[in-house]
Amino acid sequence: MGLSGGAAHAASPDGPFGAMSCSGCHATARGVDTAIPRLNGRPAAEIAAAMRDFQKGERAPTVMGRIAKGYTDPEIDALAAWFAAQRDAP
Amino acid sequence: MVGALAAPRIASAQAVGRVVIVGGGFAGATCARTLKALEPKLAVSLIEPDPVFTACPFSNAVLGGLREIAQQQFTQDGVERAGVTVARRRAVGVDGKTVVLDSGARFQFDRLVLAPGIDINWSGLPGYTEAAAEKMPHAWKAGGQTVLLRRQLEAMDDGGLVVMSAPANPFRCPPGPYERVSLIAHYLKTKKPKSKLVLLDAKDAFSKQRLFQDAWAKLYPGLLEWVPLSKGGKVVSVDPADMTLATDFAKHKAAVANVIPPQRAGRIAEAAGVADRSGWCPVEPVSFESRLRPDIHVIGDAAIMGAMPKSAFSANAQAKVCAVAIVARLAGREPVEPRLINTCYSLVAPDYGITIAGVYKPTNGQLADIPGAGGVSPLDAPQEFRAREALYAEGWFRTITAETFG
Repeated sequence: MGLSGGAAHAASPDGPFGAMSCSGCHATARGVDTAIPRLNGRPAAEIAAAMRDFQKGERAPTVMGRIAKGYTDPEIDALAAWFAAQRDAP
Repeated sequence: MVGALAAPRIASAQAVGRVVIVGGGFAGATCARTLKALEPKLAVSLIEPDPVFTACPFSNAVLGGLREIAQQQFTQDGVERAGVTVARRRAVGVDGKTVVLDSGARFQFDRLVLAPGIDINWSGLPGYTEAAAEKMPHAWKAGGQTVLLRRQLEAMDDGGLVVMSAPANPFRCPPGPYERVSLIAHYLKTKKPKSKLVLLDAKDAFSKQRLFQDAWAKLYPGLLEWVPLSKGGKVVSVDPADMTLATDFAKHKAAVANVIPPQRAGRIAEAAGVADRSGWCPVEPVSFESRLRPDIHVIGDAAIMGAMPKSAFSANAQAKVCAVAIVARLAGREPVEPRLINTCYSLVAPDYGITIAGVYKPTNGQLADIPGAGGVSPLDAPQEFRAREALYAEGWFRTITAETFG
């Protein structure tokens, strides 16, 4: 695993604290075998649209409907932009 | 590597100093690796006597015969590769700005993180001693105890009575006893169908209760009985000599007994002066500094985290927030207010998963649920939904352990 990977894709000092828990389920290390979708490097608009759909009860998620409701619009935009800029670690 | 990617990089004033972390589980190992990823120049030491960590999440599946204990075990190699100094000793005290080890060695710190998990409260249940736990395992710290309980279940005759007891709140992994009773029921149903299983509970309500009870009625009718507090479920003493668990109303003689006893923060918390009279550690909700000793952070199961449950997911999430807060403090800045998530998966059967989730923020000095968010899986979901949550549970375990141990 490459620790330097994180630093190379640095976020701003006031980066989105709401994003820190997501990697408990959404893998960021390449070798992890999981059916849970990855977020790193996905277009920000795609992540933000999914979160807003989840809030509205759309897309039939399992747990994400319950989690998305804890985020404000600006928080969603911030974490979507941040994940879009990240790359999976080896 | 996950902690690094998930944590905002602090670009301005550099944090310098020594951080010592006690405890190499989900909280401690995550915190150590995240600190090095954020600020490679920090001197980070991890104190953990056990070279192999045995994870509690999914250890109930080991009891149910669905997994092997080796699949639960992780080393600190990834933590060392991250540049953390690992000391394989036990921390026994904190003297000023120094951690004292059982070897007599001393580690100086600028910030100390205690992540000691739980200890069994050996004075919490009459008759339940360390010797008793060799006959009536708790298996609430995974490892040898898990293997012991599984062997006892495997050795039991078909038709035997398994008796479990669950403690009052708070304790590690609130849905854990109910997942365990489910997976032991699954084992008995498939391997020893004449057997019975009784869960004596010191509570009348528990996590994901309706979901568990609906599943039990569907999957394990006549096999599994839950006895709540109001029906005399509270175990007041145990006797390993005749394998009995006593309530105020009855004695239950078990072929196999699993006593989940009262718990408290790991021993070092009391020695360091960060545990209160409850046995747990009060912390403030932004950087998890002890309310009793602000230069010490406490994270994971040992800490009182408001609405957040004592879970591996919570421990990992808190550890990342704590690492960012420490880097901020060492650079002379105030930490930013965090948002945290918890998601707990439970298996009721191999292809039947259920979840509880929450989103949290500091509110009036405590981590509180963000209103409108969180909750449990729908009660009326089809089997396909349960199967998907069971599949995600396995993915979650592989992810969180990679996230924690590298």
